Amino acid sequence: MRPFQYTRAPSLAEASNMTAGEDTLAIAGGTNLLDLMKLQVEKPGQLADINRLGFADIEDTDDGGLRLGALATNTETAVHSRVRSDYPVLSRAILAGATQQLRNKATNGGNLCQRTRCFYFTNIDQPCNKREPGSGCGAIGGIAKLHAILGTSEQCIATYPGDMAVALSALDATVDIAGGKGERSVPVRDFHLLPGDTPWIENVLEPGEVITGIVLKAPVGGTQIYRKVRERSSYAFALVSVAAIIELTDGKFSRADLSFGGLAHKPWFDPRVGEALIGQTPSEALFDKAADLLLEDARGYGENDFKIPLTRRTLRAVLTQATENAA
Amino acid sequence: MTDTITVNGTAHPMPDDPRVSLLDFLRQHIGLTGTKKGCDHGQCGACTVIVNGIRINSCLTLAAMHDGDSVTTIEGLGTPDEPSALQRAFLEHDGFQCGYCTPGQICSATAMLEELAANWPSDASESLEGRMSISGEEIRERMSGNLCRCGAYANIVAAIEEVAAGGKS
Repeated sequence: MRPFQYTRAPSLAEASNMTAGEDTLAIAGGTNLLDLMKLQVEKPGQLADINRLGFADIEDTDDGGLRLGALATNTETAVHSRVRSDYPVLSRAILAGATQQLRNKATNGGNLCQRTRCFYFTNIDQPCNKREPGSGCGAIGGIAKLHAILGTSEQCIATYPGDMAVALSALDATVDIAGGKGERSVPVRDFHLLPGDTPWIENVLEPGEVITGIVLKAPVGGTQIYRKVRERSSYAFALVSVAAIIELTDGKFSRADLSFGGLAHKPWFDPRVGEALIGQTPSEALFDKAADLLLEDARGYGENDFKIPLTRRTLRAVLTQATENAA
Repeated sequence: MTDTITVNGTAHPMPDDPRVSLLDFLRQHIGLTGTKKGCDHGQCGACTVIVNGIRINSCLTLAAMHDGDSVTTIEGLGTPDEPSALQRAFLEHDGFQCGYCTPGQICSATAMLEELAANWPSDASESLEGRMSISGEEIRERMSGNLCRCGAYANIVAAIEEVAAGGKS
């Protein structure tokens, strides 16, 4: 690890001042950042430790929702009684990721900001436009099994690796952000960005901005499912994952909030998929139509071609399970 | 704020270099070499210790971030004459071959039993509500952050299952 200065941020304002500089990164749980610093993918001159700034609480909101502190751990969130009862897709998504040791340290804010596990990004001897703009993308034409099939660019086909954010996207949660320009809230669905020509810009956080919390709307009920397909039964990133909140009324879809992991540079939410289902009677043909819309622009890169049929089958399986539960 | 880390009940001064991981602090600064460095990237679990009652990978956290914290390592869980229930069960069930992963396995399992007692669910749990079961499947999922390259998993699960079920202790 390269030498760096370690400073405990005394206040949110000071954390914001510190991280507004190019050379300072905020550290919370640190499970991803310190790993990347050991690999010299990240080489900050200073770490601003934000762990003792508060905003670690999980509390009810006035409208019946729930606010998850950015510094609450993934474990504290997954085991929280209201998350388990009212937002089970979120508990399930968190529990499907990483290991207990990592979830015990990882924070909600840090989880949203975690970096891709693309092998070319984490290996400093390889080309990567995200790590070293202009150096090329090794994954295109290279080892691309985990890589994206939607929203890719000529510059980058990396995936956002997390599970939690996929559930938050399905739940249409919002991210509370504080920083130089004051406070703002951004929908999780708009928080992460596609790679385009600037794959190193992964989310909407501006220099000096810090996530303070995640707000869940009042619970909606319905059947909630998080289905993760991976290469081993535990502790592996998603090849494909589906977060689903499904409700049937009189035998027809009245709610179909669906987000997908492992497919793109961000949790993938395509409003056309839910719209195709709403008001319709569940059937294999209908599920296929939803999958057709989802995968209309999907593109494989050789090793990850399998993700296209796998996504179709996973979506079909989730919709079958959800509608059987509801029937 | 204090300027010490308490390890197995003894307070130690913080390291000067902020790069020192909690793992290197334990092994190289205060000489507690029971905690093992396997991958140093949070993938193998050999470095698992218990901080303020919670198990974490000591390789992926800076010692500098732990002033005032209370750390329990394998050296704090039992003695050769009086092993903990899990240590005794690992011996009885032959839950290791080379033994390198064992301190991490036992620290991890020790905290895992507390998590079960607190009724935390896992990815293997049938339901998020009600009492969590103590099946082999649950134990395998909850211990998936601890690799054993000798492949002693069957015996590790048997050892933990016995203690979890309140068997011989």
